[in-house]
Amino acid sequence: MKKNTTIPFDGTPEQEQQLRAVLSKLKNVPGGLMPAMQQAQDIYGYLPKEVQVIIAEELGVSLAEVYGIATFYAQFALYPKGQYKVAVCLGTACYVKGSGEIFDELSKQLNIANGEVTPDKRFSLDATRCIGCCGLAPVMTINDEVYGKITAKDVAGILAKYQA
Amino acid sequence: MKTVAELQAIKQKKGELFGAGMHHILVCGGTGCTSSKSMNIIKALNEKIAENKLESKVRVVMTGCFGLCAKGPIVVIYPEGTFYHSVKVEDVNDIIQQHVMAGKPVERLLHVEADTHEAVHKLGDTEFMRKQKRVALRNCGVINPENIEEYIARDGYQALAKVVNEMTPDEVIDTMLKSGLRGRGGAGFPTGRKWQFAKASVSDVKYVCCNADEGDPGAFMDRSVLEGDPHVVIEAMAIAAYAIGSNQGYVYIRAEYPIAVQRLQKAIDDARANGLLGENIFGSNFSFNLEIRLGAGAFVCGEETALMTSIEGKRGEPRPRPPFPAVKGLFGKPTILNNVETYANVPAIIRNGPEWFASMGTEKSKGTKVFALGGNIVNTGLVEVPMGTTLREIVYEIGGGIPNGKKFKSAQTGGPSGGCIPAHLIDTPIDYDNLIAIGSMMGSGGLIVMDENNCMVDIAKFFLEFTVDESCGKCTPCRIGNKRLLELLTKVTNGTATMEDIDRMEQLCYYIKENSLCGLGQTAPNPVLSTLRYFRDEYVAHVQDKVCPAHVCKNLIRYEIDKDTCIGCGLCQRKCPADAIERTDYVAPGHKLASMRINVEKCVKCGACMEACQKIKAIRKV
Repeated sequence: MKKNTTIPFDGTPEQEQQLRAVLSKLKNVPGGLMPAMQQAQDIYGYLPKEVQVIIAEELGVSLAEVYGIATFYAQFALYPKGQYKVAVCLGTACYVKGSGEIFDELSKQLNIANGEVTPDKRFSLDATRCIGCCGLAPVMTINDEVYGKITAKDVAGILAKYQA
Repeated sequence: MKTVAELQAIKQKKGELFGAGMHHILVCGGTGCTSSKSMNIIKALNEKIAENKLESKVRVVMTGCFGLCAKGPIVVIYPEGTFYHSVKVEDVNDIIQQHVMAGKPVERLLHVEADTHEAVHKLGDTEFMRKQKRVALRNCGVINPENIEEYIARDGYQALAKVVNEMTPDEVIDTMLKSGLRGRGGAGFPTGRKWQFAKASVSDVKYVCCNADEGDPGAFMDRSVLEGDPHVVIEAMAIAAYAIGSNQGYVYIRAEYPIAVQRLQKAIDDARANGLLGENIFGSNFSFNLEIRLGAGAFVCGEETALMTSIEGKRGEPRPRPPFPAVKGLFGKPTILNNVETYANVPAIIRNGPEWFASMGTEKSKGTKVFALGGNIVNTGLVEVPMGTTLREIVYEIGGGIPNGKKFKSAQTGGPSGGCIPAHLIDTPIDYDNLIAIGSMMGSGGLIVMDENNCMVDIAKFFLEFTVDESCGKCTPCRIGNKRLLELLTKVTNGTATMEDIDRMEQLCYYIKENSLCGLGQTAPNPVLSTLRYFRDEYVAHVQDKVCPAHVCKNLIRYEIDKDTCIGCGLCQRKCPADAIERTDYVAPGHKLASMRINVEKCVKCGACMEACQKIKAIRKV
């Protein structure tokens, strides 16, 4: 997580307009802060400080509260993700079938740790909780593509498809 | 919908779901099967049907989970009920031409029983299904979850109609009490009692919530219900709302379940459009609205007070009880919270009566339970069995046993809050109280099977890493206690622990259990305690002999080359990333080249050499 703190924020005015529209709708909804942050992440792909500031101002809460929620829940990302989001399920069913080794192999091949993104922003790597296709265990995903019943040996071949 | 007659009219119009004279091809659209491209099969089927002008004779239906996820994608064809597994797009042509048009089953896609080697034509005749009893899952794999009329055709919303028109709230609660239904989320609190408390609380506003934040790693029961039969949850929540006097409900669901979220949202919209949610349901004074709130990936939000805090849009930290949510819950108002599977039982109880439900199960655990069967087992998938079914029946009959001829070592239930059941207790009838008695718990229903290659200390560490990561940090025993416990456990897996450390771990476990604020902390040490109880010899082996009997813990394994088997080809030497393999001057009898050996000082235990030597098999883990 530590590597990428310097990636500059590159939000567009269109994104900000979208964000403000969402926030004005959720302003008076009880418990609307989390849905606001979820939708903001949909717009930007992550929640940089600049976006958190806008949310805090518009919803009339402190930045600390927004940041507190952003760091509490695993779903919120403070750093951008790669073009290809690689995720390995480390739920129990996958773990007992060796997904830990698959994760280590990915980490080795991509040379990044959990939650990080490669310097060219092509790949990011995440260990996830159970994604619910335990019948295919062990499972890794790249964006929406699911790769099931794999071994550490298959990793290089799968990554190669995205490296072209 | 203003009258029950309108509901009956829809039911009658829809008629028998799979009536004669037409082929219905059901294709699983659950997360497991869609991951194996079942949507492409649906597309290909529809194309073939159009090509052969069969539109009036064949209908393709996307359904929820059939349960046998290991064999996905799954296709079932009615009226015959033929069950095909591991179907690929290339098989579609034969399904249409051979099965539908020529009336001959496609033999190669039929399920073959592992023990008898016989092909089985119908899903219901497989060993996997024979011992199951489907109550909560009765519509999963039968109806199209995105079609409200199919739900109505299967007696959907009849229970709500009956409750609103013919029963008082007290009668509804009484029915739930009599049925003996207990919470399926883990703790097993009687559902009727929960409703009774909330009804007794006086307030202008009350809430009904559904816990669909299925966070246990390896559990996917609730997701499958929501994906396969979302209306059953909506109907049950409306019934609960009527019983306690509430008008507003929230479903708190994991954002990681996109298909479930989308289908539930569609179901809510359809129910509202048909007047089954909203104002004056069935022309009564009862109004009920329902909203989805997305969880954001925090395991602690499965705890009831934390979940409500999260719906309020805050950090999902639990708070002390009492006051219980039935008195002071969401937004400070009386609230009930039940999990998805609990709700999925409610309409059937109202329709069939509490006696019917109470006739299934054991003395104190009534009805059925859904388990997500995973790990080292042949038939990975979703099973629903009467309470009191033994673990042996689930693992060996329904689950088809352990793959590759391995030995059953343990079954883990209850996720990070539960424990490991050893082989000698495999005949225990599974219900709430028996599981507690043997040091595990029902939990939400994850059931992970482990074989001789799994190290129990490593499994305990896996779960503890999970809870340490997911501890919200509010109370000290959980935040710091579990962290210290994990450090001790890591010493064991590293081979640096002493026997005193094991005693210290045990003490710490009890301290954490007794002093933590919420269920997460109170149960977090269970995986450690239960493995210490049943697999203490493995801990002792790690500590005293510095050996991991299952060859899992990296620090405690060594690779060895058998000097008489080694042919000296040097392949291992070339594959070794650490330059740890050297040639000896020993030439085994009958071999031309000197054998290799591993320098343990340099070895990083990656296992590359053993993989390289798969043909000769001269390298082994010790």
